[in-house]
Amino acid sequence: MRRFLSLTLMCLLLLGITVTAQAQTDNENSTNDDAAALELLEALDVESYAAKGEAITAILQSDDERARDWLQALLDGRLQRTDDGRFVLVLENRGRDWPVADVLTGEALGEMSRRELDRIGINNNLRNQLRSAIAVVDLYSPSVERRLTSAERLLGEVDADLVPTLNDLIEQEEDDQVRYRLTQAVAIYRAEEGEMAGVEALDGSLHPRSRVALSRAANSDDPVVANAAAASLAGIEQQLKINRGLETLYFGLSLGSVLVLAAIGLAITFGVMGVINMAHGELIMLGAYTTWAMQQLLPGQPGLALVLSIPAGFMVSALAGIAIERGVIQFLKGRPLETLLATFGVSLILQQLVRTVISPQNRTVITPEWMSGSLVVNDALSLTLNRMFVLGFALVVFAGLMLIMRRTRLGLEVRAVTQNRAMARSMGIRATRVDIMTFALGSGVAGLAGVALSQLTNVGPNLGQNYIIDSFMVVVFGGVGNLWGTLVAGLSLGVINQVLEPWAGAVLAKIIVLVFIILFIQKRPRGLFPQKGRAAEG
Amino acid sequence: MTTFLRKTHPNTARLFTSALLSAAGMGASAQAIAQEEDPIKVGILHSLSGTMAISETVLKDTVEMLIEQQNEAGGLLGRELEAVVVDPASDWPLFAERARELLDQEEVDVIFGNWTSVSRKSVLPVVEELNGLLFYPVQYEGEESSENVFYTGAAPNQQAIPAVEYLINQVGIERFALVGTDYVYPRTTNRILEAFLKDEHGIADEDIMVNYTPFGHSDWQNIVAEIRRFGEEGKPTAVISTVNGDANVPFYTELSNQGIDAADIPVIAFSVGEQELTGIDTGPLVGHLAAWNYFMSVDTDANYDFIDAWIEYTGDDMAVTNDPMEAHYIGFNMWAEAVRKAGTTDVDTVKDAIIGVTVPNLSGGYAAMMPNHHITKPVLIGEIQDNGQFDIVWQTPSTVAGDAWSDYLPGSRDLIADWRKPMECGNFNVVNGSCGGSTAAEEAEAALAE
Repeated sequence: MRRFLSLTLMCLLLLGITVTAQAQTDNENSTNDDAAALELLEALDVESYAAKGEAITAILQSDDERARDWLQALLDGRLQRTDDGRFVLVLENRGRDWPVADVLTGEALGEMSRRELDRIGINNNLRNQLRSAIAVVDLYSPSVERRLTSAERLLGEVDADLVPTLNDLIEQEEDDQVRYRLTQAVAIYRAEEGEMAGVEALDGSLHPRSRVALSRAANSDDPVVANAAAASLAGIEQQLKINRGLETLYFGLSLGSVLVLAAIGLAITFGVMGVINMAHGELIMLGAYTTWAMQQLLPGQPGLALVLSIPAGFMVSALAGIAIERGVIQFLKGRPLETLLATFGVSLILQQLVRTVISPQNRTVITPEWMSGSLVVNDALSLTLNRMFVLGFALVVFAGLMLIMRRTRLGLEVRAVTQNRAMARSMGIRATRVDIMTFALGSGVAGLAGVALSQLTNVGPNLGQNYIIDSFMVVVFGGVGNLWGTLVAGLSLGVINQVLEPWAGAVLAKIIVLVFIILFIQKRPRGLFPQKGRAAEG
Repeated sequence: MTTFLRKTHPNTARLFTSALLSAAGMGASAQAIAQEEDPIKVGILHSLSGTMAISETVLKDTVEMLIEQQNEAGGLLGRELEAVVVDPASDWPLFAERARELLDQEEVDVIFGNWTSVSRKSVLPVVEELNGLLFYPVQYEGEESSENVFYTGAAPNQQAIPAVEYLINQVGIERFALVGTDYVYPRTTNRILEAFLKDEHGIADEDIMVNYTPFGHSDWQNIVAEIRRFGEEGKPTAVISTVNGDANVPFYTELSNQGIDAADIPVIAFSVGEQELTGIDTGPLVGHLAAWNYFMSVDTDANYDFIDAWIEYTGDDMAVTNDPMEAHYIGFNMWAEAVRKAGTTDVDTVKDAIIGVTVPNLSGGYAAMMPNHHITKPVLIGEIQDNGQFDIVWQTPSTVAGDAWSDYLPGSRDLIADWRKPMECGNFNVVNGSCGGSTAAEEAEAALAE
């Protein structure tokens, strides 16, 4: 990788001034010579990846203004060639017929089939070279964002030839962050060479490249440098340990929030109503499929579709819940074993229904741009955004449910009916209606869980199965009938699992958690937060 | 909703019309053949429900399509082919029962089926006892050769070993994370790979990380963070993934969310094909690798014809093809060729006739059935593209013959399989010159378990 960079940079060094000059002046004296451009592109269409690499360097050295666009298209696999030898830019490469545009003029050429087009293939090495090449061009870009990306790419990739250029750039640079990265890039090089200045500059830096550089410097022949590097390293390791702890905590909370989301609906149907609903997982699955269906209905707007899926997923699962309650559960009141078997049957029916009607294959649910990637806290700690959203969503859903149960008439009626059904009925509460509403609420919340899970895992017929055991585990551990218990149980099981996982492995961690819960239930059969008073007797 | 209808419609329509036609006695030519002689029965043993339905239903459709094509071309030996479909429902013991049903009651002449190794192991005693023919289309861990089974998927030396050599020689990888689902295929493959990396390439213990996860694992945060740290030590690092099925989607999602790019730490997968990628948004995965013997993106006319036929058969414009489908394509054609050569569907005769049979594969070459019941295949390395397809970046210069017994495991090293007369042995020990029977296989397994 370093080889490409220095090579491309060396070439650019000669042209660097022209590039900057060009970027600053207007596009008046553009040098878009189409014949020369075709020749440059022609060189890309060869078998050998080494030859393609040289062709890329040639494009970079040409002062054609479209060079960056070509390189980007090549990187994205959109630079293709037709059967009659023209170079085209594929605008959208899904399906069998692709819309294309002319590479040189950008003029749209209609749709072409896969058979007529040949892609200029690249591999990972070339991809690296292209990224470096684009980074080098971007080092002189007027956009701060592009300069920052390219400066970050330079970390650990600097060699002796580059240092003077970078020093010049550091002096010219106006943005603090870009300057910091460029300085760091030079410091990493210096530290690797065993220079004291580099080691000093890297003190406290958490970037993995800095650590590699410092550990090299720690083996330096110069005892002063070696000692300083070792001292810095010790400090960094300490910092890293703290960050790693925070990371594990975040992982645990995030896994916990998934457990809470999956279990909270069950906490209502099973915990409050006492119905063992084995089809709970499939209600989650329906929510996830609703998200998929929404995205199919609103192509190109995955974010909007996801937001709309929240009410839609709730409604779909709630209606399915009502159907299950009316169709099966109401006839089996007070017969938990039969309810268990009947709802298990319902769960199998729902799974196979999805397989037959939709497909046994997983469906693609797109993660909107604003939910992918991660929030960078520092060089050693970044928090994945999709999981952060799910964590927040779980808390909001929990708060909403608490509000309903505590502050609304429905909540009051639910609590009344579950505490003493006969008494509640004699007070004029329509118990059957409350049953339906409660079951619909629990099922709807399962649907919400499905919407959230569609961002984390497969949307397929088996989605629900993976969560049903975990959900029951959380509800039982937290204490049946207690929403707070479900929250605390879910989050703590998540954290325990993630703390155990690094040293026990994923398989063993799961087993240990299960054994722990079994032992805990032996000791306290009513879970973490047992129901007290009259509710416990009901 | 319209999409579902469009998808199921052509199939149902075809079934309906064909039922109508035969009922009314209007399919004159087909009827005439069928009246002369009973049809040749082809058993299809693929899960249509349960966890494995995701992968196996398309294989059932593939065999049905191949049978339909063969019938349109006049059948086989002047007889029509008839598919007998059973559903073992992803339930391993049920596979054995269904296989017995196919062979005992339906008296099928050949079976195409199975996906997971455990289901194959469950069917094995049945096809051996009732002397059936089984074509197994999926890449597997090797260490097996049965007289009644033909392995048209890749053995480890046709997938895993060349893939690792590609990583070392072409990409310059020095550190390996072996990540897999916790069952027999990943465990065996990783044992072979570990032995191969250490013995053949001198990779140190500390440069190999091994991690197993349960089936359907969905929380990859910790493992991906571990991989990230493993790759931050300054040496080029790659992940070799034998993660199976459903667990892949959350695995790749977590990789891209934690910012692990294919250019930094490439992941090479042995169980992720076009079918699996249809459930993933592949944008962030561009550049990650897979090793197979066929990709849908193979640029040959034979492949384009196959894809067109498949799209027409399924009625789905976006339908994808994958490696096990090609394996069934090859296996079916080999069996048909052997039946033609033998002039009968008698199992023993076909079994002998098929060794040495050569048929075209879809990547522009030929596949030959070897005496150890494995076939020759080219090994292709593909990089994932943002349209869910693979771009082929490397391939072996010629085809590689499947090796039933790995050369890198003690115990298995000395075994060969050859089902030609006079040897007729699936685990012949070349050191003591005897057909090992079950003991050799057990020794190999014991060595594996150490």
